[in-house]
Amino acid sequence: MSIITFTLNGSQVSVDAPPMTRLLDLLREHLHLTGTKEGCGEGECGSCSVLVDGELVNSCLVPSLQIQGATVTTIEGLGEQTHLHPIQQCFLEKGGAQCGICTPGMILATHHLLEKHPAPTLDEIREGLSGNLCRCTGYMRIFEAVQQTAKLAEAGK
Amino acid sequence: MAPKEPIVGAPALRYEGEAKVLGRAKYIDDLHFPQMIHGATVRSKFPRGRITAIRYGEGVPWDEFTIVTWRDIPGENTIVHLLKDHPCLVEEIVNHPEEPIVLLAHPDKALLRKAVDAVTIEYEPLPAVFTIEESEAPDAPVIWNSEAGDSPNVFKTYLMEKGNVDDVWASADYIIEGEYSTGAQEQLYIENNGVIAEYTEESVTVWGSMQCPYYLHHALQLAFALPEEKCRVIQVETGGAFGGKEDYPSVIGCHAALLAMKSGRPVKMVYDRLEDMAATTKRHPSRTRHRTAVSKDGRLLGGEIEFAIDGGAYVTLSPVVLSRGTIHAAGPYNWPNLRIRAKAVATNCPPHGAFRGFGAPQSIFGLERHMDLIAKTVGITPEELRRRNFLQPGGSTATGQLIKDPIDLNGMLTRALEESGYHAKRAEFTKTNPTSPIKRGIGFATFMHGAGFTGSGERRLNSLVAIEIDDEGSPEILVSSTEFGQGTNTILCQVAAQTLHIPYKNVRIAQPDTHRVPNSGPTVASRTAMIVGKLVEDASHNLLTCMRASGLLEETYTPEQFCHAALAYKQKHGELRATARYQAPGDIFWDDDKYRGDAYPAYAWAVYVAEVEVDTRTYMAEVKNFWALQEVGKVLNPVLAKGQVEGGVAQGIGYAIYEKCVWKDGVMANNQMTNYIMPTSADLPPIHVLFEEVPSIHGPFGAKGIGELPMDGPAPAILNAIEEATGVCFNHCPLLPEDIFDKLANPTSISADSSQLQPAVAGPVFSGTTS
Amino acid sequence: MRSDVRDYTLTAPGSLNAVLSALAANPRLTPVAGGTELMVALGVGRLGPHELISLHRLKELRFIEEHSGILTLGAGTTFTDIRRNATIAREFPLLVQTAAWTGSIANQNRGTLGGNIANASPAADSPPALLVYDATIELVSANGRRTLPYGEFHLGYKKTVLLPGELIYAVRLPCRFAKHRQYVRKVGTRNAQAISKIALAATALMDGATVREIRLAGASLVDRPARLHATEAVVLGKAITPELRTLAAAALASEIKPIDDIRSTAKYRMAVACNLLDEFLLSL
Ligand SMILES: Cc1cc2nc3c(=O)[nH]c(=O)nc-3n(C[C@H](O)[C@H](O)[C@H](O)COP(=O)(O)OP(=O)(O)OC[C@H]3O[C@@H](n4cnc5c(N)ncnc54)[C@H](O)[C@@H]3O)c2cc1C
Ligand code: FES
Ligand code: FES
Repeated sequence: MSIITFTLNGSQVSVDAPPMTRLLDLLREHLHLTGTKEGCGEGECGSCSVLVDGELVNSCLVPSLQIQGATVTTIEGLGEQTHLHPIQQCFLEKGGAQCGICTPGMILATHHLLEKHPAPTLDEIREGLSGNLCRCTGYMRIFEAVQQTAKLAEAGK
Repeated sequence: MAPKEPIVGAPALRYEGEAKVLGRAKYIDDLHFPQMIHGATVRSKFPRGRITAIRYGEGVPWDEFTIVTWRDIPGENTIVHLLKDHPCLVEEIVNHPEEPIVLLAHPDKALLRKAVDAVTIEYEPLPAVFTIEESEAPDAPVIWNSEAGDSPNVFKTYLMEKGNVDDVWASADYIIEGEYSTGAQEQLYIENNGVIAEYTEESVTVWGSMQCPYYLHHALQLAFALPEEKCRVIQVETGGAFGGKEDYPSVIGCHAALLAMKSGRPVKMVYDRLEDMAATTKRHPSRTRHRTAVSKDGRLLGGEIEFAIDGGAYVTLSPVVLSRGTIHAAGPYNWPNLRIRAKAVATNCPPHGAFRGFGAPQSIFGLERHMDLIAKTVGITPEELRRRNFLQPGGSTATGQLIKDPIDLNGMLTRALEESGYHAKRAEFTKTNPTSPIKRGIGFATFMHGAGFTGSGERRLNSLVAIEIDDEGSPEILVSSTEFGQGTNTILCQVAAQTLHIPYKNVRIAQPDTHRVPNSGPTVASRTAMIVGKLVEDASHNLLTCMRASGLLEETYTPEQFCHAALAYKQKHGELRATARYQAPGDIFWDDDKYRGDAYPAYAWAVYVAEVEVDTRTYMAEVKNFWALQEVGKVLNPVLAKGQVEGGVAQGIGYAIYEKCVWKDGVMANNQMTNYIMPTSADLPPIHVLFEEVPSIHGPFGAKGIGELPMDGPAPAILNAIEEATGVCFNHCPLLPEDIFDKLANPTSISADSSQLQPAVAGPVFSGTTS
Repeated sequence: MRSDVRDYTLTAPGSLNAVLSALAANPRLTPVAGGTELMVALGVGRLGPHELISLHRLKELRFIEEHSGILTLGAGTTFTDIRRNATIAREFPLLVQTAAWTGSIANQNRGTLGGNIANASPAADSPPALLVYDATIELVSANGRRTLPYGEFHLGYKKTVLLPGELIYAVRLPCRFAKHRQYVRKVGTRNAQAISKIALAATALMDGATVREIRLAGASLVDRPARLHATEAVVLGKAITPELRTLAAAALASEIKPIDDIRSTAKYRMAVACNLLDEFLLSL
């Protein structure tokens, strides 16, 4: 077992867990944050996406010891109780979530994409989200949600 | 006062959308019960055989495990669907790989995995078959035989006839034959199958990811020999289903419940991706053979269609899938004479099951490819051929159903071709293709999809819905119809809100719980919007009638007045509840024996156009642009409806050119997301969704079904476009680059294809394969 | 999740030297860098080694530097690092391209160049680019360092020259390809997040119509990442004519040994490899 200490959604946490525990299980089973989903467990679907030090990663492929001292953001850290994050609001309005199982990962991937490309082209969106599989939407509503978020951010400047 | 803006037809926000975007929606694997332990399944590693021994290996503390075999089943050892041939756990004979034999439960998930691996099963192998051809071969081993089946290895047959097709061959100008086939397709919902079961005081409760709580409810009653009221099923947030959680939850639900009974603790069973892909249902593989008599001006004089599907090892839902496939095999065309023979055969693959479209995508694929072959043979354009044969109002379908709705397929085709720039593109591609390594093409498919259960199905379902006023005075819809992404919650609340003249956000919908909600039928068959929606509308009217009759509600009212009146009524009478039960429209008739009549109350109609590129260096086909025009009656929610169509088209594109199940002796060899290729956001073209709205009297505010339709058209439209691009016809989907390569690089293999036969030499060699 | 993580150990010494000493002391230790290979194996219950040591965030391994015409990439360089580096974009566009199609963005944020090379899959994306840029590879262990041409690193299917206790330290690329014609094409199962069915990378220096220098390498053509020397030899010093293209295709066909597997067929791979070669030769 190892004591793993890191910053999770703004607060410091310490967990005693086997060092090879997948970050996904650390979040879901040890810390009871179930917004991060498991779709494949092999890095293909992106539904376990979280941000580690601002970079998008698949939490099913991260051994927990490697997040020692890191900053982790999950879907629970994005919006607030009373206020949806603009990405969440746009996903809601544009129909970007259907069954919702890919949605937390997709929203974090969108967050990462918009950090790197505040005004992404359609091709940048297509590439930026291509590691997040969605079986329900055919992605079109998701693209609109991303574009809408970018537009609102631009207008808000 | 009625709300100023209509609610139906407006983009009301998804009912449970906020919880989903916040990551707060709780799916089955997100739930934890006190004392809960985990369950796992030991499965057969072989396709068919007799079990001779089960050994529990060394190094596992077996006394800590709950172990369930078929002997622990208190009731019947069956997962009931249409028949009872499907055992809950194998007793002696294994009929497919991955068949459940032993169930294990333990508090420690990781130990459970080791225990599963430590169980070895010895068996005496028996001969097995894996394809339709092997199953129907004259010397095939008999792998399934039952009084309920039509003959050995055949689960079900249908014969559908119109006119007298035997008379047309002599007078036909052309007789055109073709054979078309489709592969299995994995639903690939991103959330795997999962349930939690609890067994207390002789009653069983299962929470799970599912489409049809009452299916599992029924299965539990039989497996546990318990009365209805002792079985309870609760659907929790479901991460995609597409048919894949129609019948399978009955299997995993019964399994978890058995473990819960034996262990005395709540048991969670959630499959991982490998197990879900290997062991659960997929779309039925199919084969369609066409023989068509056509006049020289391109009119369909008559046809024979043989439609066969591979049902896997047990009957499950195959007869119903076959039925829908059979009826849709004739398409939106006028057939003066037609004979369709259809059969579902047994193989030693895991049972195939429901997947969006339910047999229709398979037979429509065959027909729409065949239509292009007919056009080519007769020497007219695919467009012209369809125009000469479209069903018209006043005409009758292959089942003899009179078309009463004012459909205009010609107009729809014109619009779809215009929107897509079809004619200009066709001309351009003909010019540019000869000198370009990238061949471009544009093709289309025209088709329809029936809403609701087939034939007398809705009459038998006899669905019931209720609306109840809650403690805050808000109406709550009680239905067993489930939300798994398609928008059930939202559209039903919209219908109720509009009917009750109150804001959308004032309406609630109950979590589907068989102890609370009446049976409004399964959430399948594109029936929810039309059938259940209509019942919600009726129940809302009944609620209003009841409130008005009590004198508590005026003719016009504000939402606040509604709320006060509702609460006042409740105070006086204890509860305020209205129901509505399905009543078959008086003018709809279906004859199950003759397989004739009004197959569906209403159809959705569509024209889908695909533009493709085929790179002759890599043999890869890619869809570059897509137009989906459909007439689905009133569109209840434009954002949700678009999302349904886009999602369906994406699955259809996958079906056409990406998604291949690789089988090795009944085992899915590519049961991983890395090797089963579904389209990513970088693979899909723009999808232009276009609606026409001809209100139907059968649905609420004129709505019809929309869920399955978009799965039907993409594959044939895309393969038609690929033929346009390459000049070579491909009659199987999925069509992978390797298949395109096989034909493009080996021109000799092309002439060997029966579909390339010249009409003059296509004699009456249509080999009968249906019994 | 099909493994029991309690059966595995993982340590993360903070420096390269500490890692090397640990490796020297315990030859059973297996390094984990980004984990995008090893954690997949863990998930499906097929991770053989049980004692692991983390290379993640070792500063000594994660760097990109240019010195007197040689670009050095530390083994811990991620694909994202490669995609964001201006020098690489200018001098070695094929490497940027192959990084861009190595799995998803999330995968590129974690996966490392060293992991891609050490994993030694014949289907890996970066090795063909490294081979046609004439890379050398530097290895390090507690006993010191050694450098060899990258082409000599792979010995066979998933076999490399790495000794127990030895790590990939860095890859060096000579910055002298600016005037070369450069080509890479991946044929995967789909546009994104796809494993190669085959890929071909090439660099060539032209002298008028004559091919002065040529390097070819591919993915999934032979059992390991390797140059296609026989085909190169046919083309070298010649002008591209239809006859030469036919000869080159024949040389390629006799030199490569593609296989049938779950992703594709041998004959498809063979045909497409020849087509890609031809596409490149035609562009010269
Ligand atoms: C979803 C997904 C998609 C992928 N797509 C692609 C793709 O398109 N193309 C492709 O090429 N790969 C792909 N990969 C594979 C993988 O991402 C790459 O091979 C990556 O480069 C591995 O690097 P890593 O640091 O994550 O390796 P790790 O998993 O950490 O290690 C891999 C191997 O390398 C060894 N190793 C790591 N670093 C060193 C070192 N410095 N010295 C010695 N040995 C070392 C490890 O011991 C292990 O054996 C994909 C993987 C996933 C999960
Ligand atoms: S669960 Fe991690 S990528 Fe699918
Ligand atoms: S919304 Fe269902 S998988 Fe994306």
